[in-house]
Amino acid sequence: MSRETAVSLAFLALLLALPFAAQALDEPFYITLATRMAILALAATGLNIALGLGGLVSFGHAAFFGIGGYAAGILATHAFNNEPLLLGLPGTNQMIVMWIVGAAVAGLVALAIGLISLRTSGVYFIMITLAFAQMIYYFAISWPAYGGEDGLSIYVRNAFPGVNTLKPMSFFLICYALLLAALALFWRLRDSRFGAALQAGRQNPVRLAAVGIAPFRIRLVAFVASGMVTAVAGALFADLNRFVSPSMLSWHMSGELIVLIILGGVGRLAGAVAGAMLYVLFEFVLGGMTEHWQLFLGLILLAVVLFARGGLIGLLAGRPRHG
Amino acid sequence: MAEQVLALDGLEKRFGALKATDGVSLTLEDGEIHALIGPNGAGKSTLIHQIAGTLKPDAGSIRFLGRDIGHLGVAERARLGLGRTFQVSSLAPEFSALRNVMLAVQARQGSSFRFWRPVMRDAALTEPAMAALERVGLAGRARVPAAELSHGERRQLEIAIALALGSRAFLLDEPMAGMGPEGSKALTGFLDGLRAEAPILLVEHDMDAVFALADRISVLVYGRIIATGSVEAIRNDPAVREAYLGEPA
Ligand SMILES: Nc1ncnc2c1ncn2[C@@H]1O[C@H](COP(=O)(O)OP(=O)(O)OP(=O)(O)O)[C@@H](O)[C@H]1O
Ligand SMILES: [Mg+2]
Repeated sequence: MSRETAVSLAFLALLLALPFAAQALDEPFYITLATRMAILALAATGLNIALGLGGLVSFGHAAFFGIGGYAAGILATHAFNNEPLLLGLPGTNQMIVMWIVGAAVAGLVALAIGLISLRTSGVYFIMITLAFAQMIYYFAISWPAYGGEDGLSIYVRNAFPGVNTLKPMSFFLICYALLLAALALFWRLRDSRFGAALQAGRQNPVRLAAVGIAPFRIRLVAFVASGMVTAVAGALFADLNRFVSPSMLSWHMSGELIVLIILGGVGRLAGAVAGAMLYVLFEFVLGGMTEHWQLFLGLILLAVVLFARGGLIGLLAGRPRHG
Repeated sequence: MAEQVLALDGLEKRFGALKATDGVSLTLEDGEIHALIGPNGAGKSTLIHQIAGTLKPDAGSIRFLGRDIGHLGVAERARLGLGRTFQVSSLAPEFSALRNVMLAVQARQGSSFRFWRPVMRDAALTEPAMAALERVGLAGRARVPAAELSHGERRQLEIAIALALGSRAFLLDEPMAGMGPEGSKALTGFLDGLRAEAPILLVEHDMDAVFALADRISVLVYGRIIATGSVEAIRNDPAVREAYLGEPA
């Protein structure tokens, strides 16, 4: 077992142990905290496909996170009110359907955004992805049907076959299982032919083209997959909070996802997990002490960028090995 | 007459006021090494860039294997069999030498949309890549990241990549640069055999290598070809001696 594998497993074990410890200590709030970690880790694992493997610094992933959230919120609202949604189709309170719908819509939106934004690179790419996400954000704010600025409540947590999702621990385990699935996807993608091309395109797109692989299509597929994974996390986030609002679509959210990948380790398998755990911990500990906790987060981020470029995983497991 | 693999006709490229390519026509024929020499800044690399597609010419045509490839992108030209090396090595720096070559193997197999199987356990990739590294004498460094290879080793790696692509023509931009005398000699021997596989357009400042290898030499000065001919003819051409070999006519 490589050092990185060991470190990754340790973070995953820690995350899994947290809610069980909370349950043993009868502190249900910490189960919610761990669930938040798992969901943000899932969202950031999605982003890590584009950003970490592909070098595509998307500053618009809140769009996909929010689309997942609204998919859950809208479907649940229609089910709750027993109103048909589209073309006479009903709403639903089944999480699995929400994940699929959220991922599908986010995938289509990512395809549209990617077709345009992936023709640029560097700062332009960052700005265009941001601009698209802001468009969707303002659309959500000004669209009164689903709460506009006030957002949308989910009155009862949605259902999963055979599981009582109202139990915090059960809901945590659903989120954790999806996180594991996304990590498995990330891992296989990374080591596959597709991943080889994607990572080569990050390191040197001129070289990739010179061997006959056009970077554009590779990146487009990665961007779509990335958005879809993040959307599933958005649906879970809506279920965790029982609430969706435009803030899920805001650029703060996009920034947060980038920040926690940088904290954890860009392009590293468990980078998003380590980053999300650290981020939520900061938010909780520092946020409890001062409302200016993001200032301290900024300083920590600066330290990571200056002194520990591989993030927490890099610090613990050293540089990545590409075989 | 041997078959024309590559034919440039009336190529022109300007950078602002500078004419880096000024009406260049030349051919590359099956089985030959065609050397392109000329002083620094003559426009040799600019020409290679236009053939490979990294730069678009302002005018003129490029035919490869009987097809006009002027409208094709870099990746499409590479897939047709144009294997080029860069004057300044251009590799995936974090990947090992082996993985750099494996990328070419996978591109040749046309199979980059495979998402599940780990490449390192795929003998269809590792074996041809290893074979290409062996041919250029880099097998012992297969696992070293490209960024940690020496200058000369990177040049060898670029050639291994072009080999693994199954190139139908090689465009080599100063492959000897940065190699010691031993390395140059070994590479000269290697290129000598390589021309039987696919013709080589060789940009090179090392005159020993050029005179030893070239079937034909073209001399580029200020973006224009001032002479094309056999080694003998070029050595004795007064205009060339003046312009390039630095001797008064
Ligand atoms: N992208 C560019 N923009 C502007 N000028 C350029 C560009 N690329 C090359 N040039 C100029 O075009 C001329 C030809 O450059 P090129 O690199 O093709 O020369 P070269 O023959 O390969 O020289 P060397 O032997 O030094 O490699 C030079 O004057 C160079 O400064
Ligand atoms: Mg040059």
